[in-house]
Amino acid sequence: MSEKEPLFSSKNLKLITDPLNTNNPITVQVLGICSALAITVKLEPAIVMALSVMAVLVVANVVISLLRKSIPPRIRIIVQLVVIASMVILVDQVLKAFAYDVSKQLSVFVGLIITNCILMGRLEAFAMANKPWPSFLDAIGNASGYGLILIIVAFFRELLGSGTLFDYPVLEKIGLYKTGYENNGLMILPPMALITIGIIIWVQRSKNRELIEEK
Amino acid sequence: MEHLFDIFVKSIFIDNMIFAYFLGMCSYLAVSKTVKTSMGLGLAVTFVLTITVPVDYLLQNYLLKAGALSWLGPRFADVDLSFLSFIMFIAVIASMVQLVEMIVEKYTPALYNSLGIFLPLIAVNCAILGGSLFMQERDYQSVAEATSFGLGSGIGWLLAIIGMAAIREKIRYSDVPKPLRGLGITFIITGLMGIAFMSFMGIKL
Repeated sequence: MSEKEPLFSSKNLKLITDPLNTNNPITVQVLGICSALAITVKLEPAIVMALSVMAVLVVANVVISLLRKSIPPRIRIIVQLVVIASMVILVDQVLKAFAYDVSKQLSVFVGLIITNCILMGRLEAFAMANKPWPSFLDAIGNASGYGLILIIVAFFRELLGSGTLFDYPVLEKIGLYKTGYENNGLMILPPMALITIGIIIWVQRSKNRELIEEK
Repeated sequence: MEHLFDIFVKSIFIDNMIFAYFLGMCSYLAVSKTVKTSMGLGLAVTFVLTITVPVDYLLQNYLLKAGALSWLGPRFADVDLSFLSFIMFIAVIASMVQLVEMIVEKYTPALYNSLGIFLPLIAVNCAILGGSLFMQERDYQSVAEATSFGLGSGIGWLLAIIGMAAIREKIRYSDVPKPLRGLGITFIITGLMGIAFMSFMGIKL
């Protein structure tokens, strides 16, 4: 942490806010889609997943940033994988101990955090070249950007697919079913997660035109 | 035999890695621009999956699972190392990928050149680790079952990425709304392909 710079300088704040929108890990950097989509049927596992990724990413980013000068470049991928894998084992054991039901729902996807491209991507692109404090902020920012998309997708899928939020029957309480409304079963199925993200990207890029890809 | 064939077909169509579990999406989205490169990546993934799933199966059953160490003597009968499985699997995958890379480079330079950068990248492809983790979760009964699961998942992935690449080659000539171009439309097409693949779900095996 440098003396010249205040802890929350505008440059450091940008590290947190950028990944939420203009540099979102999922919709712009296209990282970490692999393990993200299958767990967005309901809000609860999505939030647990987002928190797990945040825990792993923050610790891994800070650790790699502290070690960055002593890691030989040739074996850095292995070093990064070992740091990530040990963190993921910890998270997995904690989930199994304290949130067994959610851990069962997430099944293999907790383990797949290891190969989540956000982790490798941030470690390679940021932590290897920056001090611990900016790396910490970068990790928080990127993990929140990832969590944000996860929560938006899970919100729509749970609301439209099962008519509940956090398993609370919202639509039934406001009496929508009496008017002949029915749950859209398609939203629960895997393909709709992709289409939902496609629509989020569409909305984001029509608001923010500089993100549009030229062919 | 019939049983193995069931697992094989099931892992290609019904439990397709991409359309049912979204595994390996990152490289799937990044590489599916032309049919030729996606063919290369698809073959490499199939190859590595067919090797790593059985190897991880052996590790799981003779080293990691509760009671798996009993072949060392009764003293080890209640050792449970399964919490180490993530780190073991990823180590096996990384070294297998390295090994496969060296073998392919030595014996088939033509294939090596066409796979290029994709071979080392496979180590961090979620489909590969996913294959091993699903093998662990579904508790297959023999090496043969694990192998046919690995091969089937690989072929399913290959099929998906080639299909996507073929569509993307065509879509270059169509008038996609500007904000949807590139990533957006790829997601939506993958979703539609996933819906099509869901029609296999009715097959009882």
